[in-house]
Amino acid sequence: MKTNDVILQTATKIIFFIIFLFSIHIFFAGHYTPGGGFVGGLLTASGIVLLLLAFDLKTVMTSLPINYTVMTAIGLLLALATAAGSIVFNVPFFTHAFDYFELPLLGKQSLHTAMLFDTGVYLVVVGVTMTIIQTIGADD
Amino acid sequence: MPFVYFIFLPMLVALVIPFLFKKVRGIHTGWFVLVVPVALFGIYTTLLPMVQDGESNTSSFDWIPSLGISFISYIDGLSLLFSLLITGIGALVVLYSIFYLDRTREQLGNFYVYLLLFMAAMLGVVQSDHLISLYFFWELTSISSFLLIGYWYKRDRSRFGALKSMIITVFGGLSMLGGFVMLSIMGDTYSIRELIAQAPDLSNHSWFIWSLVLVLLGAFTKSAQFPFYIWLPDAMEAPTPVSAYLHSATMVKAGLYLVARFTPIYASSEVWIWLVTGVGLITLFWGSFFALKQTDLKAILAFSTVSQLGLIMSLLGAGAISFHSGIEDNTIFKYAAFAAIFHLVNHATFKGSLFMIAGIIDHETGTRDIRKLGGLMSLMPISFTIAMIGSFSMAGLPLFNGFLSKEMFLTGMLSILEFDLFAFGTWGILFPVIAWIASVFTFVYSFYFVFRTFTGKYKPELLPKKAHEAPIGMLISPAILGTLVIAIFFIPNLIGDALVKPAVMAIQPYLYTSPTDIKINIAAWHGFLEPELWMTVGIIVAGCLLYWTLTKWQPIYSKFPNWLSLNRLYDSLMYISEVETNRLSRFYMTGYMRSYLVYMFTGIVLLTISTVFIKDAFNISFARLAPIRFYELIIVLVLIACTMTILLAKSRLTSIIALGAVGYTVALFFVIFNAPDLALTQLVIETVSVALFLLAFYHLPKLNRHENRIKFRLGNALVAIGVGVTVTIVALSAHSQKLMPSISSYYEETVYTKAGGGNIVNVILVDYRGFDTLFEIAVLAIASLGIISMIKLRLTKKKEVNRIENE
Repeated sequence: MKTNDVILQTATKIIFFIIFLFSIHIFFAGHYTPGGGFVGGLLTASGIVLLLLAFDLKTVMTSLPINYTVMTAIGLLLALATAAGSIVFNVPFFTHAFDYFELPLLGKQSLHTAMLFDTGVYLVVVGVTMTIIQTIGADD
Repeated sequence: MPFVYFIFLPMLVALVIPFLFKKVRGIHTGWFVLVVPVALFGIYTTLLPMVQDGESNTSSFDWIPSLGISFISYIDGLSLLFSLLITGIGALVVLYSIFYLDRTREQLGNFYVYLLLFMAAMLGVVQSDHLISLYFFWELTSISSFLLIGYWYKRDRSRFGALKSMIITVFGGLSMLGGFVMLSIMGDTYSIRELIAQAPDLSNHSWFIWSLVLVLLGAFTKSAQFPFYIWLPDAMEAPTPVSAYLHSATMVKAGLYLVARFTPIYASSEVWIWLVTGVGLITLFWGSFFALKQTDLKAILAFSTVSQLGLIMSLLGAGAISFHSGIEDNTIFKYAAFAAIFHLVNHATFKGSLFMIAGIIDHETGTRDIRKLGGLMSLMPISFTIAMIGSFSMAGLPLFNGFLSKEMFLTGMLSILEFDLFAFGTWGILFPVIAWIASVFTFVYSFYFVFRTFTGKYKPELLPKKAHEAPIGMLISPAILGTLVIAIFFIPNLIGDALVKPAVMAIQPYLYTSPTDIKINIAAWHGFLEPELWMTVGIIVAGCLLYWTLTKWQPIYSKFPNWLSLNRLYDSLMYISEVETNRLSRFYMTGYMRSYLVYMFTGIVLLTISTVFIKDAFNISFARLAPIRFYELIIVLVLIACTMTILLAKSRLTSIIALGAVGYTVALFFVIFNAPDLALTQLVIETVSVALFLLAFYHLPKLNRHENRIKFRLGNALVAIGVGVTVTIVALSAHSQKLMPSISSYYEETVYTKAGGGNIVNVILVDYRGFDTLFEIAVLAIASLGIISMIKLRLTKKKEVNRIENE
């Protein structure tokens, strides 16, 4: 018997975006308030897991055509490149730089190379979590 | 001339021997090898006038200068004597081997490489003045003789003999290294000459006796002394040229060389004199007694070698007494060292020729069993003549050089009677008595060897081959040695002045300033009143009587119980080391993960607890504790309840849920201890891991899903409680004695100004200590790749399926 998941699926379509936005918020706010790349990544992954629960594996893979292994690699590369980039400016490995800028629309904001590193962490965490869950889920 | 380079000459030639063997098949490879010992013999002969003046030649090159290790060639009388023996007998043995080993059937390339390697190693041993390079060459002799004994490696007995000699001599070599290291630390030098110079200081050092015993272990194992002689009879599986070279003339004398070389250092010790003389005499008696039990020609010679080495060893021990006698005019103790060196030369000549004759008999009749041989005198007259010369010299009969050194041996042993230090006054009488009895047996086995082989009835039906005289080339070497045996008897003082006296100089440097000071004249005739003469007459009479009645009393050898033999002891030691240690390791290497965990946890508990109490680190103070809040109490109670549930739950599902509860409670702890980042992460991670646990539970096989409580085991409980108590004690003690303030104040001050952030935790993770984070995400990536490989790459199963589908 085929079950009808219409309530679950409809709710998921809305809740997914709320979770996703929350995870992005946690990720960006990490430098000043609790949060950061790790928790942000885990929350994003949990949003995608919700999609997986409501729909099936194939549907999610067609709507989010992401290769998570490649995502992990990109994340690692980004983190490493951020750390190694400081060598170009003749400062020790892993030296971050930051400054405050007046941006249009947003006003005074800080831009920090640590954010790039955190993006790497974020991508790795999403990639790893999704790889594990997808691999186990696809196994029979 | 830098003589140190000549040591390596044989090694260099050894490099090209395999190519010569492969490319020049028409000529026996031995002819190329022969050049090396002959040339070296010639070179070393030029040094003879130098050592006769009491001078020496030193040359060296650095090996590891930063550690003070170098190759030093120090040639004095003793080194030169050995060098001449090694190269001279080496040349004769190579010549003999050219006719003994067939060029088409044997792997001559291997043989001569090993032989040359051995020759270089022996030259290195006798010329090294540096302890470490001496040890280096010493082990090289062990290794090359191992290769030579196992030359016919397809035979079981060869491999057994090679292994046995390797184990025993390397055991001794390692002990010797220990002794050397102690010596070099005591004297703060590696040079033997410098050690000899400071010998009186060394003898007061507390390590002196230890180093003495260790060095002697090395000498005794190499020289096949009691009880380490057992490898020598088994080493007779080697080709006969090897036995003649290694096991009569050179390698077994390395131990004697070592004792002689170190006598000036150790002779002041009573232990040295007792050990060297005592063990030498026991070996002399034991070897000569059991030689008569043997039926194999080479085994008789092996036991006789053991016995003769014991004789020389005991003389070296008696020679050390001269350091104590104190009376300058009393030269009688000085005789012993002279006799030792003189007999060493004589033994090399007659034993070398006897081994070669044994090889000829084996080669021409096909057997070495003395029970099958007999009546070969008329068939092999030249071999018989040489064998008789060698045997009579070994027995100590006049007209042969053995007589001279045997007389001097008796003189040396009798001289011990006059020595009354170190309890020699009471026990000294034993020495000449044992020496006399052993000489009688020596006489008997010498006759047994030559007359059982060459006289009596010819038994052609027992022999695999038709016996006939050996080719002339094979007879050259033993004939030369046989001639030397007689020549030395008639002109002993020539050898004595040229070779023996400079060598004695090296053994007893305190007594003489130049070799001409040694007023010893070798004479065959002492006069009627001397006791040596009557002892020799006694030996001959008793020996003849025993030989004539040999068939009557020889059966007593079979009465000796087999289990009493030293070989049985060796075999059982080997058995124990293989089987019993295997059993021992199987006893604790159970293969169960549980046992290993018990070992590890017990180890952690014992080490930590004992360290805490030995170092007096146990300390509990309540000064720095914060007050307990109500929430904390509640959460701790919940945590304990959840943990107990995990342990006592009947169903695995309950345990998993309780584990989740523990995780969420910990997250709550993070909340009330002001760690929001940790709390967030802990909540999400706990959720994911509980989901994964449930997945694992769902896939459990039906059989293993039966619901049982964890079985109670007292051992497990004790270990678990122990670990818990240990960790608690360490945590309490560590918290009670915090020595320095935390560095976290720096982070608090600089987090905004220097790092441009507000969340200390996150700034530490990505900025202050981002390096850790970089590798933590690498760990995550590796984990995910691992899961992919485990799940997707199930090669064995898939292949199986594919194969079935394809068929």
